[in-house]
Amino acid sequence: MPEFQRFQGTARYLTSEALQAAVDCALVLERPLLVKGEPGTGKTLLAEAIAEGLGLPLLRWHVKSTTRAQDGLYVYDTVQRLYDSRFNDGDVKDIRKYIKLGPLGQAFKAEGRVVLLIDEVDKADLEFPNDLLHELDRMRFRIAETDEEVAARQRPVVVITSNNEKELPDAFLRRCVFHFIDFPEAELMKRIVAVHHPDLDARLVGQALEAFFALRKLPRLRKRPSTSELIDWLAVLKASGVAQLKNDQDLPFLGTLLKKEQDLAALQELRAGVRRWG
Amino acid sequence: MFVPFLYELRRRKVPVGAQEAVALARALSLGLHDSSLDGFYHVARALLVHSEAHLDAFDEAFGAHFRGLVPPRPAEVKDELLEWLKDALERQFTPEELAALEQRDPDWLMKRFEELLREQQERHDGGNRWIGTGGTSPFGHSGAAQPGIRVGGPGGNKSAIAVADARRYRPYRSDLTLDVRQLAVALRKLRAFAREGVDEELDLEGTIDETAKNAGELEVVTRPPRRPNTRVVLLMDVGGSMDPYAHLVSRLFSAASKATHWKELRSYYFHNCIYGRLYTTEGFSEAIGVDDLLAACGPHHKLIVVGDALMAPYELLQKGAASRGELLSGLAWLQRLAQHFERSAWLNPEPPTSWRGSTIEAVAQVFPMFPLTLQGLGEAVGHLTRGRTARRA
Repeated sequence: MPEFQRFQGTARYLTSEALQAAVDCALVLERPLLVKGEPGTGKTLLAEAIAEGLGLPLLRWHVKSTTRAQDGLYVYDTVQRLYDSRFNDGDVKDIRKYIKLGPLGQAFKAEGRVVLLIDEVDKADLEFPNDLLHELDRMRFRIAETDEEVAARQRPVVVITSNNEKELPDAFLRRCVFHFIDFPEAELMKRIVAVHHPDLDARLVGQALEAFFALRKLPRLRKRPSTSELIDWLAVLKASGVAQLKNDQDLPFLGTLLKKEQDLAALQELRAGVRRWG
Repeated sequence: MFVPFLYELRRRKVPVGAQEAVALARALSLGLHDSSLDGFYHVARALLVHSEAHLDAFDEAFGAHFRGLVPPRPAEVKDELLEWLKDALERQFTPEELAALEQRDPDWLMKRFEELLREQQERHDGGNRWIGTGGTSPFGHSGAAQPGIRVGGPGGNKSAIAVADARRYRPYRSDLTLDVRQLAVALRKLRAFAREGVDEELDLEGTIDETAKNAGELEVVTRPPRRPNTRVVLLMDVGGSMDPYAHLVSRLFSAASKATHWKELRSYYFHNCIYGRLYTTEGFSEAIGVDDLLAACGPHHKLIVVGDALMAPYELLQKGAASRGELLSGLAWLQRLAQHFERSAWLNPEPPTSWRGSTIEAVAQVFPMFPLTLQGLGEAVGHLTRGRTARRA
């Protein structure tokens, strides 16, 4: 059986069996890893953790609504060349000077293996993933202007995250290893908190977790608080020196957990209801 | 040996094909699954499933296919039982209690479980005999009895079958649930762009052309950026037979009104069928004539009607069914709407199996009809974005 490098998570990023299996599949089969999940479950951090865990450099490509697939490969700066030709600045005969590689191009050109994060792929236009199919499959592309081919020396580890704002095309999905990050259960959450706030009082952490999961259970929340919000909240609690949470009082710094006005209102209503009936 | 499993998945509408089979075979030949069923579960799930909407079907298929290979679990766990177990109680156990929970014989456990399942009539939390939560009985979950049978409920590092049986991905199925966000995602596909407004973007081709014409003197040409250009008219049936679906329709409405990728959204209400008038409020206080609406909206608006299309036949076919002196029947009004807009779709919350043999069938002749599920909405949006096709009668 050939040996391969396995992903174990890092000191600051805890994984599950399923996530490790998915990352290993992506590493071994050299396919892109598509990660979905609720906001705040650590999709983007996963790429950083893979890079750190395997000791590889990380390239990031943050996708925006205006991003085109071509931008990831290379950009031919025609305007600069036009200006240079007009004012006789530099050597405009050399087109290569005006071709700037995008993140995908840089990943292919890199000396060794790199981790490439394509963050929030669903932000871009619907056709964006389809335009990248060939490049991700073959890990090579041709620069039309210079007729030069950029081919990956070592296939990069590609991590793609999606917030599910758009359906991704089937042909794209078929080429990816898929993982859906579950919301951590109480036990795992305790370990995650311990990683981020190792010196916090255990009783406070217990109370905070209890309050946090109770909040998530509320039926009417528009945006349920997630891991990153919990970590932030604990940081605020720590910084302000809150020693313990009292059951019958309003939670301090609720704004770090609930970001929508309606949610705060809904919580108030529920609490008022409980007091009236309970 | 996993090929029959792939067919099991296909039967459950998980789209797997040769590409997935080859990938899985490679992963297995490289030993990624560590020669264990648990490992196989995770590897297979990563490679065969491409969307969280299929995770539940995968769990189902996995459970059904591999149950024979591992010790069986009780065939039927009642749904109510799972409900009881959902909210686990937290309980600390004394060392004595823990010591009492010694190794037990699996056959005994299985037999006992089935007996209990037959006997038990009520919910049970924290005890030592019945199936429940947080107790020392070997049945249930969140308990401390290690060698036992876990019945549903959240669990940590459980065996693959148990994980599959937990069916944690049920909320993500696309043919069942519809929340505002999912609806918004589905509606997002309904968009198109056009160039309008202030020139802010560099038009490269134009610049090159103009510069060439200008004998090499740089002439920069700009153009307006692309902007969303979809206009949507949403008509919703409220009240009466639609009451059971009020929640669903209100979620669709909030998803539609949140959509920022549309240039314009007009929404109106009607009751039962459309007769000449539409209402701008749910309470039918302000009205607008259908003809006025048609005058205000061009044929490029996309029309979405939400309703069950269920009514007495005379309400659809007779003139003046809604008010005396009305000159057109409901059906004729619907036809007028359908003919005005190039693209229209009717979303029906009634399941498609009940469409035949009622007024739904007649309405479906006028409007392309889709079920009000995530899948149906996706199909409707696909239909609305396609180009112009032959108009139905």
